[in-house]
Amino acid sequence: MQNMKPEDLASDNYQETELTFFDGTSRKVLYTDIETQFPDGCLIVSRTDLDGVITHVNKSFVLMSGFTEQELIGQPHYILRHPFMPPAAFAGLWKTIQKKEKWHGYVKNLRKDGGFYWVYATVIPNRRNGEIVSYTSVRRKPSVKKVAECMELYPTLF
Amino acid sequence: MPFNMTISPDFKPELISGWYIFNTWLQKKIDTPIHIDLVNDFIELSDAIDQNRIDLIYANPCDIARLVREKNFNPLVQPVGTQDETIIVSSVNSQVKTIEDLSPGIKVAMTDVPDVNTIGMIMLEPADITPKDIETIHCQNFITVAKNVINGQADIGFLLADAYNEFSNLVKKQLHSLITSKIHVLHHALLAGPDFPNQENLQQVLLSMNEDPKTQKILQSLEIEKWQAMDREEAEFLIDLMDTLSPE
Ligand SMILES: Cc1cc2nc3c(=O)[nH]c(=O)nc-3n(C[C@H](O)[C@H](O)[C@H](O)COP(=O)(O)O)c2cc1C
Repeated sequence: MQNMKPEDLASDNYQETELTFFDGTSRKVLYTDIETQFPDGCLIVSRTDLDGVITHVNKSFVLMSGFTEQELIGQPHYILRHPFMPPAAFAGLWKTIQKKEKWHGYVKNLRKDGGFYWVYATVIPNRRNGEIVSYTSVRRKPSVKKVAECMELYPTLF
Repeated sequence: MPFNMTISPDFKPELISGWYIFNTWLQKKIDTPIHIDLVNDFIELSDAIDQNRIDLIYANPCDIARLVREKNFNPLVQPVGTQDETIIVSSVNSQVKTIEDLSPGIKVAMTDVPDVNTIGMIMLEPADITPKDIETIHCQNFITVAKNVINGQADIGFLLADAYNEFSNLVKKQLHSLITSKIHVLHHALLAGPDFPNQENLQQVLLSMNEDPKTQKILQSLEIEKWQAMDREEAEFLIDLMDTLSPE
């Protein structure tokens, strides 16, 4: 995956770090303090294959991520991973869905422009004829209180 | 024995004659006897589904999961352009102007329409309100929900956005809309049970209804512009989505 570029950012005031993903690839990530509010009444929906590669996104997903649909389809879902998120959160996600169960959690996501947005995410395995063929994630607007708790908790999980 | 058709109990009462006209036409067209068997509420509907008493159903999105996955129903068609969106209202006289103004212990007026209530509860989550934090006022229909909100018996009410939009100005003026869902994928659909014969033909017959002025009028009496095909994978997607929204 490509490194993030300063010219894509919404502000010159950014931090920089290197993230390494489960498949061994790494990427330079640039991030700002600019929050985008979750759009009222919307759901952000995506679907991935069994390896976490994006196969479907809805309009709210495109809008909130700052990418175009073409930039998203075919990319690993970690394209949205924010350095604030502890790896343990996603390890729990994968462990749960691979057991064919539903996962819920509060996630801080990274936008293409370096900004962020908080969501309450649910991920479920998609069963067809008894087999898991893909995963769907639906995000909704999170509770303000729960997000505040996660802002305290997550830095302790590294 | 005729086959049984039922209509999700959240249909608009004034459309009921339309469904009877539709059924009279359909039986002739596909040469299959069908009897309309109406239920009073979603509990009765659930019993009828359990007891395999239904062969054809115009179903709420929340019931599609069980019909398809447990009862082997096949999705046939969905109305073009209609969506089930939910609106949460307070009284214009209330202090409550946004969802974040709400706190646990509120009284919520709602019907038994499952998708409206599911989405309504989800839209309260940003204020940290879960089902155990509310007192429910059960209402027979959406206008009763509105009345409960207007007269102050309930703090807020859950309404189908289409129902709200059809309220008179007099009613709307007394309501404040806090939030409207923009989900764009929830809708009703017509499904056939596994024993219903010739389903491909039935689907074709429904899909061509808008092509003949006579059958177009029947569609109008159901407030449906035209049907569009709904395949199994689309139903599965809807079911997966509803699954992510169901309480933990
Ligand atoms: C359906 C689905 C949706 C996901 N959505 C997100 C997401 O919105 N943001 C995110 O950072 N990771 C998401 N993930 C998890 C990523 O696949 C990945 O595990 C995570 O970004 C951490 O990267 P890593 O596993 O390479 O460490 C999702 C996974 C699945 C299966």
